[in-house]
Amino acid sequence: MMTLLILFFPLIASILVFASGNNLASKVALLLAAAELAITVYVYSVYKQTGADSFYYFKEWISNPKISFHLGMDGLSLLMVILTNFLTPIIILSAFNRNIENAKAYFSLILFMQFALIGVFIAYDGLLYYIFWELALIPIYFIALRWGGPNRVPVTLKFFIYTLAGSLLMLFGFIMLYHYNPSHSFDIRELYDNASKICSCNQSWLFWMFFLAFAIKIPIVPFHTWQADTYKEAPTQGTMLLAGIMLKMGTYSLLRWLLPVVPAGVAQWGPLAITLCVIGIVYASVIAIMQKDLKKLFAYSSVAHVGLIAAGIFSLNIQGFQGSVVQMMAHGVNVVGLFFCADIIFNRTKSLQVEGLGGIRNVAPQFNTMFMIVVLGSVALPLTNGFIGEFLLLFGVYEYNTWLSVFSGLTIILGAVYMFRMFQRVMLGNTSETTSVFKDLMWNEKIVLAIIAITIIVMGIYPKPVFDMAQPALQSILDKVIIK
Amino acid sequence: MLTDSSLIAPGMLIPLFPLIGFLINGLFGKYLPKSITGWIASLAVLASFCCVFYMFTNLPSTGSLHIDLFNWIGFANFNISFGYLIDPLSITMMLVVTGIGFLIHVYSIGYMHDDEGVTRFFTYLNLFIFFMLLLVIGSNYLVMFIGWEGVGLCSYLLIGYWFKNDAFNDAAKKAFVMNRIGDLGFLLGMFFILFNFGSLDYAEVMKQASLLPVGSALLVTITLLLFVGATGKSAQIPLYTWLPDAMAGPTPVSALIHAATMVTAGIYMITRSGVLYAMAPFSMEIVAIVGVATCLMAAIIGLMQNDIKKVLAYSTVSQLGLMFAALGIGAFASGMFHLVTHAFFKALLFLGSGSVIHALHGEQDIRKMGGLSKYIKVTFITFLIGSIAISGIPPFAGFFSKDEILSKAFEHSKIIWAILSISSMMTAFYMFRLVYLTFFNDFRGTEVTKKHIHESPSTMTIPLIILAVLSIFGGFIGLPSVLGFAHKFQQYLSAVTAPAQHILDESHAAEVSHSTEWILIFTAVIAAIASILYARYKYISNKEQPAEDASLTGINKMVYNKFYVDEIYETCIVKPLKVLSDLFLVLIDKLVIDLVVNATAWVVGLSGRTLRLVQNGNTGFYVFAMVFGIIVLFVIRLFI
Repeated sequence: MMTLLILFFPLIASILVFASGNNLASKVALLLAAAELAITVYVYSVYKQTGADSFYYFKEWISNPKISFHLGMDGLSLLMVILTNFLTPIIILSAFNRNIENAKAYFSLILFMQFALIGVFIAYDGLLYYIFWELALIPIYFIALRWGGPNRVPVTLKFFIYTLAGSLLMLFGFIMLYHYNPSHSFDIRELYDNASKICSCNQSWLFWMFFLAFAIKIPIVPFHTWQADTYKEAPTQGTMLLAGIMLKMGTYSLLRWLLPVVPAGVAQWGPLAITLCVIGIVYASVIAIMQKDLKKLFAYSSVAHVGLIAAGIFSLNIQGFQGSVVQMMAHGVNVVGLFFCADIIFNRTKSLQVEGLGGIRNVAPQFNTMFMIVVLGSVALPLTNGFIGEFLLLFGVYEYNTWLSVFSGLTIILGAVYMFRMFQRVMLGNTSETTSVFKDLMWNEKIVLAIIAITIIVMGIYPKPVFDMAQPALQSILDKVIIK
Repeated sequence: MLTDSSLIAPGMLIPLFPLIGFLINGLFGKYLPKSITGWIASLAVLASFCCVFYMFTNLPSTGSLHIDLFNWIGFANFNISFGYLIDPLSITMMLVVTGIGFLIHVYSIGYMHDDEGVTRFFTYLNLFIFFMLLLVIGSNYLVMFIGWEGVGLCSYLLIGYWFKNDAFNDAAKKAFVMNRIGDLGFLLGMFFILFNFGSLDYAEVMKQASLLPVGSALLVTITLLLFVGATGKSAQIPLYTWLPDAMAGPTPVSALIHAATMVTAGIYMITRSGVLYAMAPFSMEIVAIVGVATCLMAAIIGLMQNDIKKVLAYSTVSQLGLMFAALGIGAFASGMFHLVTHAFFKALLFLGSGSVIHALHGEQDIRKMGGLSKYIKVTFITFLIGSIAISGIPPFAGFFSKDEILSKAFEHSKIIWAILSISSMMTAFYMFRLVYLTFFNDFRGTEVTKKHIHESPSTMTIPLIILAVLSIFGGFIGLPSVLGFAHKFQQYLSAVTAPAQHILDESHAAEVSHSTEWILIFTAVIAAIASILYARYKYISNKEQPAEDASLTGINKMVYNKFYVDEIYETCIVKPLKVLSDLFLVLIDKLVIDLVVNATAWVVGLSGRTLRLVQNGNTGFYVFAMVFGIIVLFVIRLFI
């Protein structure tokens, strides 16, 4: 029951927010998102006592073809749900003190998005999962299209079609799986148990169908060209949802729906996939150096970070897996922080061009400190959350192949280059005309950034709860991937 | 091995005090009066010093204390703990860090008193001490790495302390990035260790390493990678160019971070990993070669610099090279000994230069100084003491440690000895060039400045005096056996350095005889005195002055411009990277990848538009198409 509650509460919340009218919408949304977070905390405490078993929910849905309403939360799913429900209220709070037209629809869509995202993370039936996966695209499409920047129409269309094309491949993949699987089912247990019964040539096709869908969503170079423009054009909260949570759908799905489902395909094509990821890390980092637009810079840095997450997953060892989970959480928090800082700057100066800014530190010391902490988390300084993730991921890749690790390790140098270059041009130096009237943080901004900064440091010092939760789930996935 | 459990509490407190100081000033500093934030920070460091001193007096030199705070990164059978290791080596480092750190904190109260961001300054300074203590107190490489990167961050924050100045910000960023290059080496070194030994804990790693054959490829790889990290942090070739630029930070920062403590982290790390290095002779050779080369190159550059802090910066690079050379020839304790004495006199020299700059309201060019001995006596005398100490004149501190390294070098290789000796002569020369140009002859600055020259307040002069005393007598902790004394410092560290020394001794010749050592000492001292006299002849008797920038030619110009290394890096690495960045974006991202994506969409659209024509609503056409299709199917069925 807890599982159903945690899934459907945001849906109900979304309707309530829509009904509450434009004036109240943001407050009601925050309240309900906070309530959902409270439910999550309760679920976490139950999980600590009883483990994952109490969260399975199974109901026959369609008998032929056999599709069931199968939900569940093991440590991995629950961590993703925690990330989603932790970030959603922050994202909503970040929209306070901003003029948003038609607020009831905006916040309602954000909560609807939350519903779909949770669905993706806890669906244990292939088709149900696919439905949530597609459902998540709808609210973000409207958010970007309705509240986006001046160039939003073509950019959003490209984003929508591109990811939809990926999803279509995944749908074919699921149909193929259903067909080749002797038990003819979409249920994850059946898919896992019968993974070895599908011949490796079919698994090879299946691998690419799923991998492409996920690679576009993550995105892994060269499937990333929709991303920078979309991040730039989408409204801040949309970008936060996209970068903070939605792209974790891709990396989560690699762990849940790719590796254990087609292990023979992974054995065949994994090396190519990890090479792509690693190339992408360096490629995106290099591009980020000369980016002039703040949001695009963060977008490319995000490509580099998630590339490393995916590389850690394809390194097929427990360090890489654990690193990927920690980094999914860390990146979610940090990237929301980064885009919020960009939003704060844009809100004051109406500019995101790195060159025209500068000297903000002189007039906004509080903002400076917070931004600095987020940047440090992002460049993976030890004792921040980013370090734990990058250390384990790079070590995971090292165990897989030394040279790939050396190459992807360049990201710690390049990351410092583009982040500090950006920080210097935006924050330091003499105050320019555009930045001289820069107001320091408002109350909601203070709360949001303080929560993010504290999370960055606490997770960096004591990441153990994340490891403990993820460990059983990751170990069981690993056991299924490594074919003995 | 196990020591009294009553030592655990003070051990745990050591890094905690500066952290508390950091939090107080960082969170509540704006509510506190500016005059007390400096004292809060200083007291925090003093409290740490007291704890370290307590450990020093109560922990026997054969003992070590291991404190595991919590399991930091742990799952399945993969566990890295957040632990402390307190033994003679870490105590030595911590005494230097907190002792000199405290003096520099007090000095800063005077030096920074009219700076508007003074609270921020002390916040960063405490944070630095915290990270530096973590670096040396950690019981495994990963905790060391926290400190290692943490001090890099503080260095970044403090170099760019005056953040309105873009040149300073550039210097700060450069320092961080170059350190990061080294850190990647360190990180990869850790991966090799962790993968092959299953642990990052020093004790476990050394135990496992000693089971491998000497010179195994694995150990060479590990030690070289770790050394890459050391070249970044300790400013050795090829990653040294950030340190001279780092002088952009306030002078106390240069004294604390870029002379006495942070830059010596590489020396500490190699000494800590002594067994690994001793088992990898090839890496030792590389360390020695890089150390010697850096020592010489930096000394040469130091001869021609006209910025008082730049001279000291290159001198630091050079002295660090000397320490690495000592490590490379297997004299770990000697390297550490020089680290300690160097911390005394180089901190003194930097603080002294700060006092000069303070007196001259920010002037750093020695061409615009001169004759200052009359106006700022305490600064002059203490600076002179520091210069004598660094030049290696007995019985000042630098003499003993430098002489020890030179005699060890002599037994190892005559070439290394010769180069190090030449570098030492240059050191004596440029230091006294500095002394003569700054404090002797007539003042060369403007009249306005001259009127305002004043001695610094006592918060600044007292630390100078204490450091001067240490620079005179500090060497006595390591009186050489040739004089008939027991080498106290070496004995104190012997429990830590013994395993490595033991491995080295098996393959090494006996020590140099006492008579040879006497000859070496005389040669060194005479060479130093000769260099000083030459400097005196040049700058006092002949009253020479450094040439103007434009008039330099040939080799002088090359040296003055630091062999154009910065320019070479700029042209060969920085610019190509920028071009590559643009190229990737414009050529690959926009032109190739996105073109394919858009072309796919276009093809789909085109086929849609084309196929639409088929749906023309003409029944006759549909019937025709149907019949045509059936025929095609039949044909396929029949013939294929």
